[in-house]
Amino acid sequence: MRRPRILPYLLVAPTLLFVAAFTLLPLGEVLVGSLFKQKLNIPRFRHPVFAGFGNFVDLFHDPEFLQVLANTGIYVAVLIPLLLVAALGLAFLLEEKRAGVGFFRLAMFHPTVLPMVSAATIWMFFLTPGYGLWNQALRFFGYAGPQNWIGNPSLALFGLILVAFWKNVGFLMLFFLAGLQNLDRSVVEAARLDGAGGLKLVAKVILPLIRRQTVFVTTIAFIGAFQTVDHVFVLTQGGPSGRSSLLLYYLWHMRFERMDVGGSDAVTVIIILALLAFTVTNFLVSEQHEK
Amino acid sequence: MRNRLPSLARFVILALLSALMLAPLAWALAASLRPPSVPFALGNVFFASRLSLDNYATALSLAPFARYYLNTIAQVGAIIGVQLITASLAAFAFARYRFAGDKVLFTVILLQMMIPTAALLVPNFSTIRFLGLYNTIPGIALPFFGSAFATFLLRQSFLALPRDMGDAAAIDGCRWDQELRHIFLPTAKASIVALVLSILSFHWNDFLWPLVITQSDAVRPLTAGLVRFTQMGEIGAQWGLLSAATMIVTLPLFVAFLVFQKQFVRGYLSSGIK
Repeated sequence: MRRPRILPYLLVAPTLLFVAAFTLLPLGEVLVGSLFKQKLNIPRFRHPVFAGFGNFVDLFHDPEFLQVLANTGIYVAVLIPLLLVAALGLAFLLEEKRAGVGFFRLAMFHPTVLPMVSAATIWMFFLTPGYGLWNQALRFFGYAGPQNWIGNPSLALFGLILVAFWKNVGFLMLFFLAGLQNLDRSVVEAARLDGAGGLKLVAKVILPLIRRQTVFVTTIAFIGAFQTVDHVFVLTQGGPSGRSSLLLYYLWHMRFERMDVGGSDAVTVIIILALLAFTVTNFLVSEQHEK
Repeated sequence: MRNRLPSLARFVILALLSALMLAPLAWALAASLRPPSVPFALGNVFFASRLSLDNYATALSLAPFARYYLNTIAQVGAIIGVQLITASLAAFAFARYRFAGDKVLFTVILLQMMIPTAALLVPNFSTIRFLGLYNTIPGIALPFFGSAFATFLLRQSFLALPRDMGDAAAIDGCRWDQELRHIFLPTAKASIVALVLSILSFHWNDFLWPLVITQSDAVRPLTAGLVRFTQMGEIGAQWGLLSAATMIVTLPLFVAFLVFQKQFVRGYLSSGIK
């Protein structure tokens, strides 16, 4: 073949250029930047000053940041299991084509299509005390607790979880549906003939068969939980008293409100490490099971 | 798998769950269509005596939603256009040729899939400022012009073509760009549609990046515009007005989804790989 040797490199170059400029270079920038103190609103720190791991030490001594870590931990630990169980349950209920299934699937899935900011404004209204249908519904079931979820320090985070749940459960259901539809039916039928039924059938036979989908759905749910904080902006701005601030929201706050460039680089490094740790663990666990 | 639940019980459960899921959007829609003069009251949560578009008119007069639409369309259009070109070129190279370092380069590009661009907000903000593109539409779009996900997806579909096919075409004197356009791209049509819809819904709905990289209504997209609207002092607790603004921002893409449901769902399924 007399094809010019350089052609493939030219074809790859544009993609590589953008990936380098907006992923690789920034990655290096934050790694280096996190080691320097730089605060744009303090003259002494207007220009970067080397500080070793000073930014990280400061962060882990800052009660506000520790609160953010705790919030993010709770947010992820509550939201993701809820999402997985509900998405799988809905997929079971909606797997078979029957009367109304198309409509029901649409009802579960439609929030996926909305921008998160719209979902949040809709819920802001929905959760409003006095007008909000949410409290009226809860009162119908005998709830007499605090009225204003997003203004209540111990409920605001759960208000955010509620919105994220509503927004994402249908999206994740989609992957379980696809998994269930590709199941090897003969295996399931054989297990059923052997007397497995109900929850046992689900736990022992079906879940192992859709392990790949489960790992996959867990991963996208986790990454999604980290990279979407739009509802925090609309509903709580991290409040009251920092009780609903999440890592990515805090990153924004650090850089654009506190003008702390070095600190925000350190927060970026922490977010990336958390994501990588999760992705790698998840991958290793699933690989181990494949063997 | 046959389900053990009797079908009537299942139907009732599903109907209840669907009603719960649909309630927020339905209620916001109802609230947006109330005449502003009729106050909300307990027990009177749905429609008032008549429907009214007054809230929509007020919302449109308070913020330049038409401009926000154009900005969003320009930004998303630019990302889709450029990403399709860069990704099909790269995917073609990786699927069609063996060249020194191809595996390394592919892995380097795939790194992008492991680190969401949202996390790199701060350094990318500096880069865009440095390039003088702060508060411009190209500034919003630029970081997304190269995509590991798009490259990966297109390469997968290109690999489905038998290798000899490209070789045969080359022997027939076909140039590489003719090969790409007439042989490779047409076979990847389904992937391209899914890809376009997944880029569309991701960037149409994206908020944080456009928020930090814009500061004026002239370039602000719908999502950032809506959030600004909710924070305007004179809006206060005018829920009808807020709901109308939300509907203005939300409904067009939502209707498009209802019409092209199947294609959208395929797009969403493929976007999960990200």
